[in-house]
Amino acid sequence: MNFPDFSDFWSWERAFEALPILLRGFGNTLIATVLGTIIAAILGLLIAVLLRVLPGWIDWLLKLAVAFVRNTPLVVQLLFVYYLFAMNPVLIEVPALVIGTAMIGVHYATYMSESYRAGIDSVPKGQWEAISALSLPPGRAFRSVVLPQALRATIPSLGNYAVAMFKDTPFLFAISVVELVTSAQQYGARNFAYTEAFTLAGLIFLAASYPTSLLIRRMEKSLAQY
Amino acid sequence: MGEKLSALFAFGPQLSDGIVTTVLLTLGGAAGAFVIALVLGLAMVTPYGWLGVPAKIIVEFFRGTSLLVQLFWLFYVLPLLGVQLDPMTCGILALALNYGAYSAEVVRSSINHVDRGQWEASRALSLSPAHLVRRVIFPQAWALMIPSLATLLIQLLKGTAVVSFITLQDLTERIEQLRQASGDTFFAYSVGLLIYFVLAWLLQIGMNALEQRARARLGRVDRTAGGLRSIVRMQKPQAEAVS
Repeated sequence: MNFPDFSDFWSWERAFEALPILLRGFGNTLIATVLGTIIAAILGLLIAVLLRVLPGWIDWLLKLAVAFVRNTPLVVQLLFVYYLFAMNPVLIEVPALVIGTAMIGVHYATYMSESYRAGIDSVPKGQWEAISALSLPPGRAFRSVVLPQALRATIPSLGNYAVAMFKDTPFLFAISVVELVTSAQQYGARNFAYTEAFTLAGLIFLAASYPTSLLIRRMEKSLAQY
Repeated sequence: MGEKLSALFAFGPQLSDGIVTTVLLTLGGAAGAFVIALVLGLAMVTPYGWLGVPAKIIVEFFRGTSLLVQLFWLFYVLPLLGVQLDPMTCGILALALNYGAYSAEVVRSSINHVDRGQWEASRALSLSPAHLVRRVIFPQAWALMIPSLATLLIQLLKGTAVVSFITLQDLTERIEQLRQASGDTFFAYSVGLLIYFVLAWLLQIGMNALEQRARARLGRVDRTAGGLRSIVRMQKPQAEAVS
């Protein structure tokens, strides 16, 4: 068995050539992650609150819809929404990055709604009793009593989902958004040199996600002390 | 609608081929992930640093670098090192490594959550370490870890969709072909998502049944749970996703 020469396998020159291209792709990765997180955090909260206040059968429909989005692949959802928009002549052209970011946000909203629900459930029963004793209107009760307490328990979990979302952004490859991994793949295909681009892409992911998850773990511990 | 359904029936063989590929990837990936999770998870709970530290590094590495990067690395870069794997093996390996790393964390924390008294009691009975883990600690940890493993198993099923990027004709790829054949995006992708949803539900039913069995073996029969209904349930209320 003859091993290929390592210098054929890895070239620093190519690595330095690929890096700026990858970092440009990484810009889109960050946009998708940040905007996706914002969408998911807002929509997830909305779902969790709606599930609490809606009457029986609508509540059941919403639960089914959430379970459906949550338990089917993000890649397929991305393709679905992308083709729906791309194939529809009536609609104005929407950039793939916008469609992808929105879909990632919706997908993770179904996860985050679950965290919010757990957070709302963790509010002590006495607080609910106090709300009805003071006859606070529901909006005020949620805003000033329930949510401030619920969010404390929820935030680390939202952070974990944001990191998971970050690592799912390469799925945007499916709808040809040039994010980090897509740009690595394109560089590799152009130069017939995949090693440097994919290795660097992996390292960039690791360098960004590992410190963030450490930070969240620390936050979890400090919030748990209350 | 009638012509759509006949297009679907005409596409039936390809579609079931795709389902078989997706199921094989899921089961193969899950089996590999489980073995990796057990090895790394057990290594992380041993008191020996020379076992625990490398295991921890491997887990963080495969959790931190995205699934798609790992898949592309195996598919595009490994051949340059002289190792040529077929796409199916690449897919299963990438899924096993990625979800194995996540599951290792579940195995580790479940073992750590088993009551300390159980360890002490086993030591007092002078059980050998292997015997102690196999007969006392693991069965209890197993019941604890199943809900989180079920969540990961469904995430693995969803993750299999990326193999369509490395030329495999899985369910996702077949749905795309159905879209082209029928010319109807909404129809093709609704059918596809529905199939994925049913697959996820079947996996959840299997895992719920497994959990009930594991709990029953520990003598913890949940009489309030309401038999069949709790098995068919899609989502367990207490199941928090582990990430």
